[in-house]
This record gives sequence, structure tokens and C-alpha cells, in this order.
Amino acid sequence: MITSTVGPLTFSQIEPEAGLKAALAMPRADIIAEINKSSVKGRGGAGFPLGMKWNFAAAEQSAEKFVICNADEGEPGTFKDRVILTEFPDLVFEGMTIAGRAIGAKNGIVYLRAEYTYLRRQLEDTLAKRREQGLLGKNVLGRDGFDFDIRIQMGAGAYVCGEETALIESLEGFRGEPRNRPPFPVNTGYLGRPSTVNNVETLADAACILAKGADWFKSKGTEKSTGTKIFSVSGDCEKPGVYEFPLGISIAELLAAVGGAGAKAVQVGGASGICVPAAQFSRKIAFEDVPTGGSIIVFAPGRDMLQVAHNFLDFFVDESCGQCTPCRGGNAKMLEGAEKLREGTLTLAALDELKELAETMRIASKCGLGQTSSNAFMSIIENFGDEIMARALTQSEPARN
Amino acid sequence: MLITERDKLSSEIGALADRLGRTRSSLIPMLQEVKRTHHVIDSFTMQIVADALEIHPVEVHSVASFYAFLGTEKQGEFVVRLCRTISCDLADKDAVARQLQTNLGIGFGSTTADGKFTLEWANCMGMCDQGPALLVNDRVFTRVTPEKVHEILADCRRSFGVFAPEHKEEHLV
Ligand SMILES: Cc1cc2nc3c(=O)[nH]c(=O)nc-3n(C[C@H](O)[C@H](O)[C@H](O)COP(=O)(O)O)c2cc1C
Ligand code: SF4
Ligand code: FES
Repeated sequence: MITSTVGPLTFSQIEPEAGLKAALAMPRADIIAEINKSSVKGRGGAGFPLGMKWNFAAAEQSAEKFVICNADEGEPGTFKDRVILTEFPDLVFEGMTIAGRAIGAKNGIVYLRAEYTYLRRQLEDTLAKRREQGLLGKNVLGRDGFDFDIRIQMGAGAYVCGEETALIESLEGFRGEPRNRPPFPVNTGYLGRPSTVNNVETLADAACILAKGADWFKSKGTEKSTGTKIFSVSGDCEKPGVYEFPLGISIAELLAAVGGAGAKAVQVGGASGICVPAAQFSRKIAFEDVPTGGSIIVFAPGRDMLQVAHNFLDFFVDESCGQCTPCRGGNAKMLEGAEKLREGTLTLAALDELKELAETMRIASKCGLGQTSSNAFMSIIENFGDEIMARALTQSEPARN
Repeated sequence: MLITERDKLSSEIGALADRLGRTRSSLIPMLQEVKRTHHVIDSFTMQIVADALEIHPVEVHSVASFYAFLGTEKQGEFVVRLCRTISCDLADKDAVARQLQTNLGIGFGSTTADGKFTLEWANCMGMCDQGPALLVNDRVFTRVTPEKVHEILADCRRSFGVFAPEHKEEHLV
């Protein structure tokens, strides 16, 4: 269930297939123009403008193109795509079909993470129903020459495969190792063909925008971060779950809505996001301030922030694809540093070196995983230095009894 | 492996390749299917899969060893995966972990001697608001407590050989 704070839940206000019908009634270029006008940005975390992505793919000349739905949802603390796929699968498939029309693709692929295998059957049922209703297949909704179908391919347990080029490698039957970009998937994607990779929620939003218009979409959110967003809220709060909030909501407002007031810190954007301390709860969740793919993890005052950092680093050491040195070696060093900090045996000089290493990882890693994996640890050191240093000091003193 | 078993596996993989298409993109779906039915991707399997797709078996090994849900080790009929990521950690996944180890008599990363259960850690499985979360093959269990561990495992034991591949998946939330 998705709890909405902006009146009735946006997704449930959309008339089924209204977006697809509107898209089929307009020239292809107008679909992208409408998306552009809405200024919607990708909901998977990176916040790339959707219209621009579709436009690049539409501009490519190719015998074959692909629309890919990124349902790999692996960022710690994120589960909204699971709920969207459970409650609004038609909206997501409708968005993919609209994308197919807009960029000139005949095939859509949903890359569904292995952990969500239990969702596959009902998604296949929904696809079958859409084929029966003429919403997929040859001449979609009777539109001559517009053929589009969708298949599901399962992931096999690798967080890094949520990165769009690793996802494509995995679809093609390779290890999920991110590629260099450029070339971008919109130019050279799945099987070397132009492909758009979009988050589950972004595709559902596209269907809503076509159904109700760009102006309606823009009436919520901020100027730079238009629309509402679906959030996954977990951790120390009274009402964890999936929420719809307008972008631009402050962290304090969000906490009040989920029963998390009094928190000591909030991790925004999952393990690869940043840890915001209470003093900064007036900051806004939006692409221009604190960006997020929707993961919110709340920490109560009693929580040990070093344990949090440690848990995140364990995750990254486990999930690094190992392809490039700053990430493969860097995350292991970070983890070692966090362990030493916990034991109270990390020297200040070594701490400074870790900070430099974090900078190197940010600059020199090949993909977003290594570029962001030290963020949480560094923001915890920066914002909870007192807590961390004080302990390091007392613990390094010889035992008194 | 007996020669007859090998023949059987070869023809199974051949049929799989015909159904999924003999292209590189079929590699992971093929491995997933073999893993699901045989609980292992051994070197013989890798050779046959490689032959079917006309690639080197090392390519198959490289892919199988990359993915947490594939791998080349023999696993139990029931693969029990406990989430160790932050929200489940905050929800005291450690108590559940202790109970799992006690009940199964093995540590994480191992398989019971009877080949029935494998116990593993997993990273965030998208159930963070209902942690601690546990996957048993494709089924998800949420808000798992040490008491519930006993029920879940007893349920598996009751349905040996029937539950794993044939159970009708449903969304349990
Ligand atoms: C390590 C890593 C993991 C990612 N995981 C996901 C994911 O699970 N889901 C997702 O939609 N995007 C994920 N992304 C972002 C994708 O690369 C890509 O930006 C996104 O799918 C684009 O879709 P959008 O523009 O609709 O957000 C990940 C990126 C990185 C670097
Ligand atoms: S940054 Fe990490 S995950 Fe990304 S390519 Fe390099 S090693 Fe792989
Ligand atoms: S942290 Fe355990 S399911 Fe997400």
C-alpha cells in the first residue's frame, strides 16, 4: 500500500490506458515534447531528464531499439518499485509502451531482480491480459504499424546490475560489469542497439503525464524537481512503508509524516546516498538539494552511527564488481578503517588518508557504485565526529579495571 | 555422475537451449533453470551449456561465479537467505541469524550434511519496512522472529522434494 500525503494517491487517479491513448493520438515528437515540458527527472536516483533520454534514443537511426525497465531495485532501503509493480503493473507497462512509441522501439524488457522472483507470475499474467486486450502485440490498440511487446528477464543477485550498462551486460549474458560511458545506452545499448533504461517509477510517471498533461504534473514539486515521488521509508519510525510526497518536502516534514520526529539522523538515498544529521533536517529532498531514488532510513538517538557506516561498507565490499582498483581496493580499505575506528585503533593520520582515499574513489571509479560508496562513511565522520572520535579515544586507553 | 544421468542432463540442457534460443543472451536464463532444478552448476553442466551456445566453458564459469544466485557450489534444496543490510540489521537480524544457525546446525555459507538446506547472507531484498527479511528459495518471509524461524524450517522439512520447484509462488505481503 502506498500512503499519500498529497490527497488521493496520484497513480490511482489515472484512468487506465488514458496515457497510451493520448500518446497514440499524437505525432511521436509530441510525446517527447510533452515529457520534456513536464521536466520529469528519472526516479531511479541519478535524476536524468526523461525527455532528453527518450529524445536521444528517438533520434537514432536503427533497425531495432529497446525499452528497458530497470526493476533491479537493489539500493538498501528501497522497496517502492516492488510495491508499484505489485499494485500498478499496468501503469508501468503502459509507460513502457508509450516509450516504445516515442522512440520507435518494438521490444520492451523488464529486468527484474532475482529477489523478486515471486512477483514474476503475476507480472506475466498482467502481460498476457494486455496482449488479449490489444494493448501489446501487433498494431497496439488498432494502431497500424505500431507493434510492441514486453518480456521479463530475471537478474541473478547482483546490486551492481542496477547500473544501466551493467544491467545491459547482464541481459546479454555477461558478468554485470559496468561499461565505460560514452557510448551511452541510448546510442549503443542492448545488443548494440539504441536502448532507453528507465526506473519502474519513471515509466509509471510517463503514463500519468501523458494521461493528465505536463502542466498537471508540474503543479506539484519544485521548479527543478517537478512532480511527486514515491518514497521507501524504513528504520526507526512509527510508520515505515511506502509514501507519496511532493518533491521539495523537507526532511523534518517527512519525518513528522512517518512518525520519526526526534531522529538523530536520516540516510537519504540508500547506502550510496548521504547521512543527514538532525541539524540539517530543514533541507529539502529534491534534485537541487538532497537527491534520492526514494530510500529514507531513519536512525533514532540511541543508534551507533559507526555501526551504520560499517554495515554500508560491508555491503559495498560485497557488491563491488571488482573491475576497477579504486572501488575494489578502496572499499576494502574503508571497511578496515571503520573496523579500526570501532576498536579505537585508527590513528588520526590514517583517518586523513581515508578521506583522501574517498576523494580518489569518487574521482577514479568507473561507475556510480565506487563513486558514491564512501559518501555515507564520510558524512558520518563529518557529522558525528564527536561520537566517533570520543569513543576511539576512550577505547584506545588501557582498561582501568 | 552416472552416464545415464549425464545423458539426461545433456538432453535437458539441449531442450532448454532450443526453447530459450541458442544465443548468448540465453546464458543466464539457462543457468538459472539448471540451478533451480539441480541445485548446482557443475563443470559438466558448464561444458554442455557452453557447447549449446558455442562459447568457451570458461565464459560460463565466469558468469556463474559472478552472480550471488548462481555460483558453482552445490546448494541445498532450500536456500535460506537472511538479509544483513541496514534496516534488517536495525530490526535485530542477529537474533534470527543465531536461531537459524542453531536450528540448522550450520554456519552461514554452508549446507547441511543431508543436502537439504543452505544458509546464506543476502543483501537488501526490498522488504526493509518489514524486517528482518528472509528468503527461502523464491518465497519471502518478513518480520521474522526466532520463534518464526522454527515454523518456517519445519514447514520446509514437511514438504521435502515437493515444495521447492513446484510451489505456486505468491506475493506474501
Ligand atoms: C551501482 C548502481 C546501482 C543502481 N541501481 C539502480 C536500481 O536498482 N534501479 C534503478 O532504477 N536505477 C539504478 N541505478 C541507476 C541506473 O544506472 C540508471 O540511472 C537508471 O535506471 C535510469 O533510470 P531513470 O532515469 O528512470 O531513473 C543504479 C546505479 C548505480 C551506479
Ligand atoms: S566502480 Fe566498483 S562496481 Fe563500478 S565498475 Fe568499478 S569496481 Fe565495478
Ligand atoms: S535492509 Fe533487509 S530487506 Fe532491505
